[in-house]
Amino acid sequence: MRLELRGITKRFPGVIANQDVDLVVEPGEIHALLGENGAGKTTLMNVLYGLYQPDEGEIRIDDRVVMFHDPGQAIAAGIGMVHQHFMLVPVFTVTENVMLGVESVRGPLGQLDRPTARKRIIEISERHNLKIDPDATVEDLPVGVRQRVEIIKTLYRRSDLLVLDEPTAVLTPQEDEELFEIMRSLKAGGTSIVFITHKLNEVLEIADRITVLRRGRVVGSTTPAEATRESLASMMVGRPVELVVEKTPAHPGAPVLEVHGLVVRDDRGHVAVDGLDLQVRAGEIVVIAGVQGNGQTELVDAITGLRHPVAGTIRIGGATVRPEPRPIFEAGVAHVPEDRLEDGCVPGFTIVDNLVLNTYYRAPFSRGIRLDREAIERSATELVANFDIRTPSMFVDIGDLSGGNQQKVIVAREFSRPVRLLVAAQPTRGLDVGSVEYIHRRIVAKRDEGAAILIVSTELDEVLALADRIAVMYQGRIVDIVEPERATPQLLGMLMGGSLPLESAAAASVSPAAPGDPGT
Amino acid sequence: MTDEQHVDPVIEADLPTGAGSAGEPPPPAAAAPPSRLATAVRGLLVPVLAVLSALVIGAIIIVLSDLTFFERLSADPGGALGDALGSVWSAYGALISGALGSPGAYVEAFASGDSDQIISAFNPISETLLAATPLIFTGLAVALGFQCGLFNIGAEGQLYVGAVAATFVGFAVTGLPWFIHLPLAVAAGFAGGAIWGFVPGILKAKTGAHEVIVTIMLNYTAYRFVEFILKLPGYQREGRSDPISKVTEASSWYPPLIEGLRANWGFFLGLAAVFAVSWLLFRSTKGFEFRAVGFNPSAARYAGMSIAGSTILAMMISGGLAGLAGTGIVLGITRSLTSGVSAGLGFDGIAIALMARARPRGIIFAALLFGALRAGATPMQSATGIPIDLVVVVQALVIMFVAAPALVRGIYRIRVPEATGTEVFSKGWGS
Repeated sequence: MRLELRGITKRFPGVIANQDVDLVVEPGEIHALLGENGAGKTTLMNVLYGLYQPDEGEIRIDDRVVMFHDPGQAIAAGIGMVHQHFMLVPVFTVTENVMLGVESVRGPLGQLDRPTARKRIIEISERHNLKIDPDATVEDLPVGVRQRVEIIKTLYRRSDLLVLDEPTAVLTPQEDEELFEIMRSLKAGGTSIVFITHKLNEVLEIADRITVLRRGRVVGSTTPAEATRESLASMMVGRPVELVVEKTPAHPGAPVLEVHGLVVRDDRGHVAVDGLDLQVRAGEIVVIAGVQGNGQTELVDAITGLRHPVAGTIRIGGATVRPEPRPIFEAGVAHVPEDRLEDGCVPGFTIVDNLVLNTYYRAPFSRGIRLDREAIERSATELVANFDIRTPSMFVDIGDLSGGNQQKVIVAREFSRPVRLLVAAQPTRGLDVGSVEYIHRRIVAKRDEGAAILIVSTELDEVLALADRIAVMYQGRIVDIVEPERATPQLLGMLMGGSLPLESAAAASVSPAAPGDPGT
Repeated sequence: MTDEQHVDPVIEADLPTGAGSAGEPPPPAAAAPPSRLATAVRGLLVPVLAVLSALVIGAIIIVLSDLTFFERLSADPGGALGDALGSVWSAYGALISGALGSPGAYVEAFASGDSDQIISAFNPISETLLAATPLIFTGLAVALGFQCGLFNIGAEGQLYVGAVAATFVGFAVTGLPWFIHLPLAVAAGFAGGAIWGFVPGILKAKTGAHEVIVTIMLNYTAYRFVEFILKLPGYQREGRSDPISKVTEASSWYPPLIEGLRANWGFFLGLAAVFAVSWLLFRSTKGFEFRAVGFNPSAARYAGMSIAGSTILAMMISGGLAGLAGTGIVLGITRSLTSGVSAGLGFDGIAIALMARARPRGIIFAALLFGALRAGATPMQSATGIPIDLVVVVQALVIMFVAAPALVRGIYRIRVPEATGTEVFSKGWGS
């Protein structure tokens, strides 16, 4: 299918989401649509998918002008969409999910024709090497496989053009690779793919053509051969961007965080952190690298008082602190949580209120039980300016901000007070390059002020950009500590996958904590 | 150029991306920060239209329930319609003059210069204030719960327990001057309701028992408790076999606003409670905690707040406010307790809190509206023969329209005013 969008303009009250956007996707082409959060990528695809009607412009499929008033028409025309958040029924099997909405029936009573559907799913799955069990229940499947179910859904509906909205946001690096294989196979079969992302490496690896959107307009179109990470980043942001922030070598001081023999259970009662030792010193950034789900979340919860350890000790600044969020916060620990909307802020509260979410009860923000609104607003005005939070007003509900700006509010709150230890989990997840650069710069600045910093990240780029030491976590333990100089993506990938290279296995058994650590 | 500079920050800040599809907020969040006035007007739009719609449907019911209307419709359509409009006009006229007084009566009273006549001209307004007072308290009780993410359906039961305590202090304590006795009885009423609110609060905090279930059950418990208490010697009035309490001492009664009218200082206690709750919620650290827990408990925990503590305290204050509603009835109107003093005031509180969108100051207006409907109903029935139940229907319709803002917006083709229209209401179910 050849898709052409011509002069698409979509306005919302007060905002132009897409302005005069042209986009051509050739048959069998992987076309990357690149742009920061809020650049208008998703709006454009929703116009294509019939969820919105464009105010101006037209959509052509194989040189025929089409109009979609609802997604059903777009699907009938051969367009398939895999949303960032999957649209699956967890308790249904793969076959049932795929059939949903296009059920075929047989017999006089109109029984569901599962066998036929199942056969077609196996066919599709074999043709594109999707490796899927049609009888598995979706809730039992890992995220990467669920995504494949979504892809099969579109192929089952005979889509010739597939829109993948930020498909890698939820995947591990290994799953990324598998997805790319599938995309190549689909392409070889003649399917066109629109790949929405803001990750530069992926674009350069997989795309045939790249169209960059900024503030609702097309700012350029290029190919991986002509483009570099730097050129794409500056097109997206509209100014030159540092992809790796500059930092000087660390000058570590005394240990601030000391974890010994820590055991933590997850919500289901399984041991998630299994006898872990770790040390973070003042003035250094330790990054915990690892595939999601190897106990990082539980480790951070235990350090910040959100979860009680089963065994082991956590010392902050040489002292044991009562394991509750407030005493730990008062001991000088700042925490940028993994899930910013769930834990980090209160949607429904204004930016102002979110900026004092954990300091509201102390001077100067309150006296007795009376909140000092003036002091709170004065401080908020300052933070909104200093941390470049982009908003029409500081009295806006934080839930209405973009992800990057929400994260800046949280960073502003956590970084704006004296901090001995900063714990940040996935501090840049889902953020665009401009915001990533900004937050990395702030983290390095905090280190240079002498704070001990513990980052948890599943993104190798981030691990390599920030770390003074890399602690690789696998199945609840730190399997190795790697200096960034000798950390290659291959080595880290192997460690994260649980295989220990020989020489570092020896090193790890000798010294599981920091090099030069006297105690262990 | 200036134009573009104006647009840019907005695009940065809240560009809509794919409503519905990706679970993100629907398009246009406010492009520019709306003025406070504009926000206030928009907030009033749905409630005002809800009342209007309810009155229109009420009018249709008045017309359709008149059997002669159909008989005459074929013979004399014009006359039938004219009469129908006439009966609607006189019904609503009687309702309004029963709630607010009639202009004629005021003019006549002032012209006569007779103070008794002037006072009785104000009687309808007095009755409205009297009916609104307990509704202010129960509305506040439910609204405070909403702000903390709690759905307190138990205001009815808390009201009764508060009334039991206030009545006891009212008749058992004697020989005190009113300025000590009344506050004492009011404090007892608050405490009684607070105890009844404490139970679901602590059960939720310690065991996760859902407050909706527990408060519903405690309503039944409270009814039976009142019936039991009212039969106890020492509480039951001497010489009576029906369940009724002793008469409270005059020193525990709310003084009337004006001698000769039933409206009393309880109304101003209600207004004071509105401002106190408003201050508590929006100007105090406790209220900050309540609202944070209500909006997002896991972020509240992350920020070091005590979810259990907030839940218990909010339920106690909520219960205490409902208890003050019962106190006001006993010490302001009935002077003694029977098992029928509330008749659903606690449940009306839910409607009032919804209508005010859980905002304390909105409670005043919502309670006055419901109070006026209640006060005007009886005069309407005696003047036009249209039954009081019409008012109950109108109230129910108001609640229905307010609870379904999308319906009102649909009928009047109002564009969705803000992305976060449905703010507070408890996450209660299932969490």
